[in-house]
Amino acid sequence: MSGKSVLIIGGGAAGLESAAQLISLGYKPVIVEKEESLGGNIKNWDRLFPDGIEAKAVLDGLLKRSSFSDIYLNSNVIEVKNSNSNFTVTLSNNNVVKADSILITTGFDVFKAERKEEYGYGIYDHVITNVDLEKFFLSKHDERINSPKKIGFVHCVGSRDEKICNRNCSKVCCVTAVKQAIELKEMFPDSQAYCFYMDLRMFNRGFEDIYLEAQSQHGVRFIRGRVSEVSEDIDKKVVVKCEDTLSSKPMKIKLDLLVLMSGMLNNSSSTQLSPVLGVKLAEDGFYKCEETIPGGNKTNVNGVFIAGTATGPKTLPETINDARSAAIEIHNYLNSTING
Amino acid sequence: MIVNGKQKIWSDYQKEIPDNHYFYVRSCIRQNFFPASEKTFLDIVRNKLGLDFFETEHHTTCGGIAYHSDSIPQETLMTIVARQFALMTESGYENYVASCITSFGIYTEVLDTWHHFPELEAKIRQMLWDSCKREFKKPTHLAHASDVIYKLRGAINQNAKHRLINRYTGKPLKVVEHIGCHYSKMFPSKGVGGAEYPYVLVGMVESWGGEIVDYPERRHCCGFGFRQYLVQANRGYSISNTHKKFESMSPFEPDMIITNCPGCPYFLDRWQYVISEMEGKTYGQNGQGIPVLTYEEVAGLVLGYNPWDLGLQIHQTNVEPLLDKIGIEYKKEDKYKL
Amino acid sequence: MADFGFSLHPSSSIDLDNADKRLYKIVSELEPDIKKCIACGSCTASCSASNLTKVSFRQAILKLDRGLSEEAVMLLKGCMLCGKCTMTCPRGINTRNIINLILRYSDNKKIK
Repeated sequence: MSGKSVLIIGGGAAGLESAAQLISLGYKPVIVEKEESLGGNIKNWDRLFPDGIEAKAVLDGLLKRSSFSDIYLNSNVIEVKNSNSNFTVTLSNNNVVKADSILITTGFDVFKAERKEEYGYGIYDHVITNVDLEKFFLSKHDERINSPKKIGFVHCVGSRDEKICNRNCSKVCCVTAVKQAIELKEMFPDSQAYCFYMDLRMFNRGFEDIYLEAQSQHGVRFIRGRVSEVSEDIDKKVVVKCEDTLSSKPMKIKLDLLVLMSGMLNNSSSTQLSPVLGVKLAEDGFYKCEETIPGGNKTNVNGVFIAGTATGPKTLPETINDARSAAIEIHNYLNSTING
Repeated sequence: MIVNGKQKIWSDYQKEIPDNHYFYVRSCIRQNFFPASEKTFLDIVRNKLGLDFFETEHHTTCGGIAYHSDSIPQETLMTIVARQFALMTESGYENYVASCITSFGIYTEVLDTWHHFPELEAKIRQMLWDSCKREFKKPTHLAHASDVIYKLRGAINQNAKHRLINRYTGKPLKVVEHIGCHYSKMFPSKGVGGAEYPYVLVGMVESWGGEIVDYPERRHCCGFGFRQYLVQANRGYSISNTHKKFESMSPFEPDMIITNCPGCPYFLDRWQYVISEMEGKTYGQNGQGIPVLTYEEVAGLVLGYNPWDLGLQIHQTNVEPLLDKIGIEYKKEDKYKL
Repeated sequence: MADFGFSLHPSSSIDLDNADKRLYKIVSELEPDIKKCIACGSCTASCSASNLTKVSFRQAILKLDRGLSEEAVMLLKGCMLCGKCTMTCPRGINTRNIINLILRYSDNKKIK
């Protein structure tokens, strides 16, 4: 086993996958996770697009393969001393870890939908987010979901929006909306689903197939236009006003449930971590990639690497691939320092 | 409805409203539409609460109607506003309160424009000097009269003779609140509660015992505007907006409407008759219409003023059923006496 | 009634809850592929008639879906059944069949 050590900040999908790869390459990585359990955001997902694989199965596999690591839960990185790329890291519970390289896999934050006040999240009874819906699929219980007959999905909540100061597209929400529309339709066969979109980003293989399936088999209707405001009628139903751009007219509809597709924003820990590590952030708050195409896992600090959604929205397979490539980069880096 | 969801938003949009020492400017048209409202406001703050509110007979219109009807250019408007501020400075005040909501919108807009374009502010200072040899300082606080009543709602509640409770059922009155568009839709941070869920009237009603009704078209404009109704043929557009609001609020069976703009209660009050002629439909319980009151009138009723001193006899939609519900005594024969 | 000199305007917004979808229902039961339309406009772009008249198959489907069946029928009156739309539709929809169904089952007596 190699004598070199790697510290992984963030125990989500990217952190666990890179830990698993580093273990198979002969290392014993250290994972620092701020929550009380590993897994990050995928703990909240039910089934993944496009094939409906269960997120729990993926997570269990990741946890098993990375279990050889030293794991610190409920821990944050407070201070990093960098002496010629030998890192001494102080954690929040006063543990001190020495590492020869650091991997940042802090992931993303879901946009807080209450910031879009006009959609009434947290105010009107039947407005939920995509994350709430996934949790509902797992737990089968949410008092806001009550055998809905008409369901709406609002795309681009918190994404592509200058008023939120986030121009980025969160990439995965369009296909998630279509997936969730199909899943809700299967759960409530008498219901009718509407998706209010700006553009439909069905970028990967298999996505156009789900889109076609949603339309022809499940009768999901796609209305191009932004939702302007949401209010509540006397029967507690959600009244949605939007623009029907294709017919150039405003449109109004009453729904039993409205799902807001909250986007991926940068993780809030980056503002604290960036100065501690000396790693630069880009203007949108995600970490800056030094060379996006050939060296996407390197940062501006020698010995500090990055993987996963910490550099921007990604799908789960992309995150896992990125984590694997980071493991190889770290391995090559550590071997090159051995050799001189 | 999850109330603490709204409360979180209200706490984000807090506004600094001073307690005292204001320079008060009246509205052009409110004295015609609702004659006693401004008098009541001054009576409440000066005589009942002992505060310092100063007004001068030299002040003019803010120019809002002309500006919004495209009759005067922006520089003229800004010079008029500059003169108003000069009067305030000369009287030794720093807090400015406007009675009309369009005025409030104009002042906020002018101050914001001067903030972003200081060279324009310098030009207007020069123009004011050239035209009437006056100089001005910008107000440190700009409030609307409803902000002041909102700030003093606790004090008003302590002196309340009546509360907004239906004495027949013992339940709070169902109140629809309507905010003028120029209050917070243009500059959400300048309005208490922001643009989507304004709190200034909600705070007053809740403090005085009423219950607020949230209905789908709550945010919708009443249709007053200026262009829309100045020309008779365009009024169809105005009334369609009000009609939309009434259609949306009537299932909730509100007892009254409270507003904080000069034009909105005028339309909501008068158009009910026109809609009843056009559509044959009268809103409100017992087909008697939904009474529309300004916030000063509501504050006056709560403090126990005589309804006829508040000018309620001028309203087109009958206010007497509401007075009966609250339990306010009034003499029918005194209604039109001077 | 007094003559006020103005009247109430009807709302221009589409009320999806009260849209008259009878014709859409009939057509979609006989040709379910109509649900696959993504409003890309390939049909209207290649249409022989839309160069010179108001014919627009994309808009007709849209109007049908929004419950404005009369307007949908009017937009197909000049269709010459040349078949170019069927040739280009990227979703493989049988557009000719849909045009025939709309015209056949519409309430408009003048069309028949």
